Amino acid sequence: MNYIYDLHNAMMAQNLIIVYQGEFTQETTKSILAMAERNLDSSGEESGIKRKVFNVMVESLQNIVKHSSEANAAAGNLTSQSAIFMIGKQADRYSIMTGNPIKKSVTADLKRKLDELNQLDKEGLKEMYKEIIKNTQISEKGGAGLGFVDMARKSGEKLEFDFPEMNAEYNFFCLKVNVPREA
Amino acid sequence: MEILNLEGSEDTPKIMLDKKNGIFEISGRSLPEDSAEFYRPVIDWITSYGKDPNPSTEFTLKLEYFNTASSKLILDVLSALEDIKGMKIVWYFHEDDEDMEEAGQEFSELVEIPFEFKTY
Repeated sequence: MNYIYDLHNAMMAQNLIIVYQGEFTQETTKSILAMAERNLDSSGEESGIKRKVFNVMVESLQNIVKHSSEANAAAGNLTSQSAIFMIGKQADRYSIMTGNPIKKSVTADLKRKLDELNQLDKEGLKEMYKEIIKNTQISEKGGAGLGFVDMARKSGEKLEFDFPEMNAEYNFFCLKVNVPREA
Repeated sequence: MEILNLEGSEDTPKIMLDKKNGIFEISGRSLPEDSAEFYRPVIDWITSYGKDPNPSTEFTLKLEYFNTASSKLILDVLSALEDIKGMKIVWYFHEDDEDMEEAGQEFSELVEIPFEFKTY
C-alpha cells in the first residue's frame, strides 16, 4: 500500500494540481478542462493567465486524443490509456505536461519540428502560424497542424520535450509547456 | 432563407444566422472534436446566402476561446464571406484579452474584408 503515499508525496513535491491517466476522449478532455477551470477560478488566478493555461491544455489534450486513437489502431496493446496528462503549479508558472507513445519512425520528424519552433521568436512564430493556417487542410484526424505553434505562442517560452524509449517500436513523447504567472 | 440557429455548448459556439432579421453571429467557445464537420453547415449557409445577400451584412464574431482546428475553419468562414458585397466583420474581444484581439488582427490580414474591433 505504500505506493499510495509515495505517489501522493511525489505529486506534492512536484506541485502537481491535476494528474490524469486513463482514456483520452473529447468527453474526458471536457471534464479535465472543467476541473482545471474550477481549480484556477477558486485560486483567483488572473484571467489572462487562466486563458493561456486553458489554451495550452486544449491543444495538448486534443493532441493526445487524436494520436492515441492512431496508436490504438496500430498496436492493440498500446491503448490511449498509456498516455498521461499533468498540470503543475509553481510560484512563477504553470506547467502543462503530457506523455504519450509515439512510433519511433516519426520521432525524428517530430523532434525536428519542435527544435525548429524553439528557434523562433514571437514574430517568427506568428509568421509560421499565418503561413500554416493559409495553406493547411484539416487532416483526417481533425488537426490543423497548428497545435505546437499555438502552444509555443501562448507559452512565450521554449517547449521542453524528450523521447525516452518504451520498446523496439515506440518512444514515450514527453512534452512540457510552461505558462509564466507574472504577466 | 432558413434560419441557422445552433445552441452553444461547452465545446461548440452559439450560431445564429438569420437573413430576414439581419443577425449573423458566432459566439462562445469553439473546441469541437471535429471542427470541419461542425462548421460545414455554417459554410454551406453562407454559400447560399452569398447568392442573394442583403445590401449590407454585419457578421459578428464574439468568441471567448477557439482551438487551432477551429481557427482554420474560422478562416474558411471568413473566406466564404469575402466575396459577398457589403460585408463587414465585427470582431469582439474581452477588454483584457490581448490574444483574442491579436487573433482578430491576424484574420483581418488574411482576408480582404473590413474589420471593426469592439470590446465587451
